[in-house]
Amino acid sequence: MTRKQQISLIREPAVGCRLLVSGSRSFVALLSALLLICLCGLVATAQKKNSCVDCHSRLEGKIGDPARTIKDDVHLSRGMACNDCHGGDPLADDKTAAKDPRKGYLGKPRTVDIPAFCGKCHNDANFMKKFNPSLRVDQEKEYSTSVHGLLLLKGNERVATCISCHGVHGIRAVTDALASVYPLNVAETCAKCHGDQNYMQAFGIATDQYVKYKGSVHAKALYERQDLSAPTCNDCHGNHGAAPPGIASVANVCGQCHVRQAELFQASPHKAVFDDRQWGECVKCHSNHDIAAPSDDLIGTGEKSLCVTCHKSGEAGFVAAGAMRTRIDDLLAGIDRATEILNRAERAGMEVSRPKFELREAVDGVTHARVLIHTSLPQEVDKVVDPALEVTKKTYLAGEAALAERSFRRKGLVISLFFILFLAVLVYLKVREIESRQPAA
Amino acid sequence: MQLAAFTQWLDERLSLSSLGQIASKKEVPLHRQSIWYYFGGMTLFLFTVQVVTGILLLLYYRPSAENAFESVQFIVTEVKFGWLIRSIHSWSSNLMILTLFIHMFSVYFMRAYQRPRELTWLSGVVLLFISICFGFSGYLLPWNEVSYFATKVGTDIAGVLPFVGKTMLRFLRGGDDVTGGTLTRFFGFHVAVLPAAATVFIGIHVLLVQLHGMHVPSRYEQSHRRMKFFPNFLLRDAIGWILAIGVLAALAALLPWELGVKADPFAPAPAGIKPEWYFLFMFQTLKYIPAKILFFDGEVIGILAFMIGGLIWFLIPFLNRSEGPRTRLIFNIFGVLVVLYIAVMTIVGFLA
Repeated sequence: MTRKQQISLIREPAVGCRLLVSGSRSFVALLSALLLICLCGLVATAQKKNSCVDCHSRLEGKIGDPARTIKDDVHLSRGMACNDCHGGDPLADDKTAAKDPRKGYLGKPRTVDIPAFCGKCHNDANFMKKFNPSLRVDQEKEYSTSVHGLLLLKGNERVATCISCHGVHGIRAVTDALASVYPLNVAETCAKCHGDQNYMQAFGIATDQYVKYKGSVHAKALYERQDLSAPTCNDCHGNHGAAPPGIASVANVCGQCHVRQAELFQASPHKAVFDDRQWGECVKCHSNHDIAAPSDDLIGTGEKSLCVTCHKSGEAGFVAAGAMRTRIDDLLAGIDRATEILNRAERAGMEVSRPKFELREAVDGVTHARVLIHTSLPQEVDKVVDPALEVTKKTYLAGEAALAERSFRRKGLVISLFFILFLAVLVYLKVREIESRQPAA
Repeated sequence: MQLAAFTQWLDERLSLSSLGQIASKKEVPLHRQSIWYYFGGMTLFLFTVQVVTGILLLLYYRPSAENAFESVQFIVTEVKFGWLIRSIHSWSSNLMILTLFIHMFSVYFMRAYQRPRELTWLSGVVLLFISICFGFSGYLLPWNEVSYFATKVGTDIAGVLPFVGKTMLRFLRGGDDVTGGTLTRFFGFHVAVLPAAATVFIGIHVLLVQLHGMHVPSRYEQSHRRMKFFPNFLLRDAIGWILAIGVLAALAALLPWELGVKADPFAPAPAGIKPEWYFLFMFQTLKYIPAKILFFDGEVIGILAFMIGGLIWFLIPFLNRSEGPRTRLIFNIFGVLVVLYIAVMTIVGFLA
């Protein structure tokens, strides 16, 4: 019987019971009932007694830590115990019996063995289904392809293994907000090593990624808006298969979320040039860790434009960049004009909610045009800007009509009031005339 | 010649000349407080404006959650002078409540409710209740954000009443929540049930006024003069009505009634939801009442207190039958306190 079958037998007495009743019916049924009672008692005892925790909790310092932190561990909460990873006998009272190698005691794994140590269970789809069927079971395999994993295989024990990110005995589920791998905590977890200049010196890589990331548009979305879908380190680098995306795969990484932009860039004239010059596609313009919120200033021929870093005045690219920026500026100006007049009409009490709603189409057009910049083709941008400009013109005219209507109403009011007051005066004079003819009552 | 013949033809069948004779004999007391007599007629005039503009709005209004907002939007943007009709309907309803309050308090302070006019007062208070129901039901009909949540809050308040609250809430809403069903229901109240009730009670009220004539305050009983109702008083009334049309036109043109944004039952309630101004004093009072008063729910106590207050107000003619100066002083102080309370709480509600 394998170890996992043993665990299964202990956790699910009914399974054991089913195995036993397959023989002679009456006798075996009696025997199985007795055995079931014994097993239940065994399970109850096992749940009560854990000599590992009992001893280690009395120990000072690092050796006592596992017993103190295990209470928060997701594995413990799902019914597993120390011996499920480390082997041994938690029911034994003395240390020698508890750590008896004949009882499968493994002790503390070596760093190089940790991925396989966790993988014993996490690689087993059938076993994992009992706890979390949706959990992937290829983490160890992925890890072995990561930079961390490859260096570990070469004997470098300073690289991250499972426990470096997930913790050792206080491992929490990824959905737990206190977990070191919860989206809001991932960057800090990676930065423990990657932000430490001394630690990373041996690897010869930069340590400013965390600081840069914290100032990025992605970090703002994640931390300020608490948008858990915003990317953190593992969303671009992978988690178990963590590796810096190579030049060829940058667009694919960004394209996981920015699908349309990536597609347009792949079909643009820039693609071949970037490949030829070995430029990372998206990062060439947007940078990597410190990606700022894009603004229209990045395009065009102005001082802050990125286009002019490659395209000089007079070149086709320079002209195209200028044309695309002009079209977007035209559209923005059209939206501003229409918004201003519609707001003025609204403040005057006119009902302009419909043109205001229609104007949203033009605002969507700006967003679309900003995406189409990735084609690098002004004519593609025009296809969106032209109809959006028509919307701004139409809504502006609606605003003008509303203000003209207001003016008409006011003029109409003045004329109406004149006649109303005139009529009131006439009636008043009539009353006076009647009363002057009547004797005083 | 033909007109005279037609008039004679009508007179033979409808006795118009006898009606004319009655009208020519009808007189209105003339004294320093006669100005208050005009507010009853003004309220009736504004009610007529409501009926006429309401019928015109009915030509385009569609009472469903899907179409109500859009139909009002269509009325104010596409229909020729639809904006004018809708704004006059909204402004006129508010002015009508205002003139109704003025009329009611003038009657109260002149003690015009005393014998034999108790039933006139009772029918008047019923008409006030009907008018407020008109306002509450009409407020929801554009199906905009503010009206939706104000109705939700308003019906919630009715729902906290002990014993009948839940039933009343379900009756008003046509279910557990404010939905398209509530809109249809409110529309039914607004254009059928309430107008029918109002017609009956206006008829009773006006008939009683004709029966008992205008009340003269005791201090002017000896000194007052008289004015012919027709044409003198009626023409003076007409001047007020003509000016009221001018005021309504100015309000509609300069401050058109807002439509707001369409109600979204799934959206959170916007901040600062307030009911119409004539509910504000009650709404503000409920805000000041603590959540618990001894073992009772504060809101329930508040609503019950308003109901008892309303009942006392309704029964005023039977509580004040004396003409003695002491009773007069007590009821005058009570009336002033009620006016001050309503005014102060309304202002506080506006500023809050």
